[in-house]
Amino acid sequence: MSIELKNIAKTYDNNSWILKGINTRIKTGEFFAIVGPSGCGKSTLLRMIAGLIPISSGDLQIDNHSVTNLPPCDRNLTMVFQDYALFPFLDVEANVGFGLKARKMDVVKIEERVANALALVDLTAVKKRKPRELSGGQRQRVALARAIASDAKICLMDEPLSNLDAQLRGKMRSEIRELQQRLGLTLIYVTHDQIEAMTMADRIMVLNEQQVQQVGSPAEIYQYPANSFVATFFGTPRMNLLKAHCTQIHNHSLVIDPQLSFPTPFDLPAGDYFIGIRPQSFTIVAQISKANATIKNIEYLGTEFIVYVELDNGAKIRIAAAKQSSLSLNERILVKTPEDFLIFDHAGRAISSMKGTQKNGRTTKQAVQTAQ
Amino acid sequence: MLNNMKKSKKDLLLQYTGLTILAVIILIPFLIGFWTSFLPTEEISKGILWSNHISLNNYITAFTQTPIIRYLFNSFIISFLTMIAQILFCSTSAYAFVFLKFKGRDLLFYAFLATMMLPFEAEVIPNFATVRSLNLLNHYSVMIIPFLASAFGTFMLRQAFLQIPGELKEASDIEGLSHWKFYAKIVLPYSRISLYTLAAYSFLTSWNQYLWPMLTTFSDNFRPVQDGLRQLQSQESFNNWGMIQASAAIVVIPTLIVLFFGQHFFKNGLNEGALK
Repeated sequence: MSIELKNIAKTYDNNSWILKGINTRIKTGEFFAIVGPSGCGKSTLLRMIAGLIPISSGDLQIDNHSVTNLPPCDRNLTMVFQDYALFPFLDVEANVGFGLKARKMDVVKIEERVANALALVDLTAVKKRKPRELSGGQRQRVALARAIASDAKICLMDEPLSNLDAQLRGKMRSEIRELQQRLGLTLIYVTHDQIEAMTMADRIMVLNEQQVQQVGSPAEIYQYPANSFVATFFGTPRMNLLKAHCTQIHNHSLVIDPQLSFPTPFDLPAGDYFIGIRPQSFTIVAQISKANATIKNIEYLGTEFIVYVELDNGAKIRIAAAKQSSLSLNERILVKTPEDFLIFDHAGRAISSMKGTQKNGRTTKQAVQTAQ
Repeated sequence: MLNNMKKSKKDLLLQYTGLTILAVIILIPFLIGFWTSFLPTEEISKGILWSNHISLNNYITAFTQTPIIRYLFNSFIISFLTMIAQILFCSTSAYAFVFLKFKGRDLLFYAFLATMMLPFEAEVIPNFATVRSLNLLNHYSVMIIPFLASAFGTFMLRQAFLQIPGELKEASDIEGLSHWKFYAKIVLPYSRISLYTLAAYSFLTSWNQYLWPMLTTFSDNFRPVQDGLRQLQSQESFNNWGMIQASAAIVVIPTLIVLFFGQHFFKNGLNEGALK
């Protein structure tokens, strides 16, 4: 079951847009994550796909048939809700079979499907219990089982793991992914958690400020973010953004200070730019005479250290260091120019990315000039 | 710490003493009434409370010599039908005020609520004129029809329905449940505690009605029990107080039954587990 979104938009008052110009095609059997900060409209988009709220303009197609004006039950999909939406007065079995019963499926068939679904999520032992007698993780599984039991091949999930503790969330992530593969579901998964999106999805749609920022595979989004929002949204700790000014004289490189300058793949017009550097890309040299920064704080995370550094020009950056060596607070250090970095224009649009010795011009010079 | 505990114990003692005194003051008339229902009338009129002529004679007289069984039956019919009608109409109207979206819905709801502000006494005369022109006087329907719906019940159930998580409605929409099915299969079971409460409340309100039945019923065939009690008093040349007390005790019993069985349902936590 493929899903196509054509120029979907949502407004409540015909004046301000909640979402605008959403275009994408979700392939059959794809795990598609919609991610963005809270209030970006990702849940609204999911509910429009489900048919729970009307689409203001644009067209939604499932398997090349327009479903824009069909009620939710005729779109042949299931949904797993953030708070699970279990019926407290029904036992686990009845909760899972609820949709099938509402669709008037044969009783024997319902029993079989419910039993299968419960076995898949390992809940057969508690099938006679009420939701209040289950733990949070078990309730979550009941909600999953309800989606599994349905014969719909499209499943929508609205932040299904956000109420679970970190450990359980990690476990459920792989379980959901595995189920999706095994059942061949086309899954649309809404989350605000970039790690969830990165680890589970085949493709990710990043939403912010009513618009699609980027659609791509996790690797594409991480390595070649379309703009500074996407770049800083993915990855922990967050990517550093350094402001740089390009004058006519130095247009082959962006200079932060004498020790920290970034070569550009092509001559940039004069103007303001942002250089995006992942905390992992920086290297620190300690005990050196030509230092350009001071250590302000050091956080120990077990596998790595996050070193908070203030450059001499006042910019604050985060650096992930594998071993602390002998760094100490207020120590003067040299922050060296990393090999990997991204360049964004003044509006945050990606211009180029440098990956080691390999150079990737992401946009042409003309595009940069028109963007100016 | 020790001081604190001592003080709180003292406070507690004071509170309980106060509550006990109040409880005794409130309960005494009931206890005296109940006690006198076992005493012969001659001794009650003489003011003898500590008698040893205790018997169930008054109850036997009440059941055999007065139409109290008929009164009880009338009251039961009226209260039961009123209760059923209120549950039905209040829940459907509350459903509309919560789950249907239409223009002027909230305005309509406030207009609905405004009718609650009007005391029943103010409606008595126009209502009486209406039922008289409809030729409904001295019949069960006159005591049921004006109370088929209640603004209070609608208000109460609306508040209860507002507690139903929106996700349950969305989940039902995805399965294609119609409004009637969602109402019957989700809303009513989810709000059953509020429904029991409203049922108990409307049954007892109807059971304890006095003014309206007094104005609209003239025969023992339709007279409910509260007005029947009053009737027992004036029918006799002398007041058989023992028998009247026994009848009063009989009349209170259904109230106690409803409250006793009701409290089982007024427990919290039955809806836990719908979310999270």
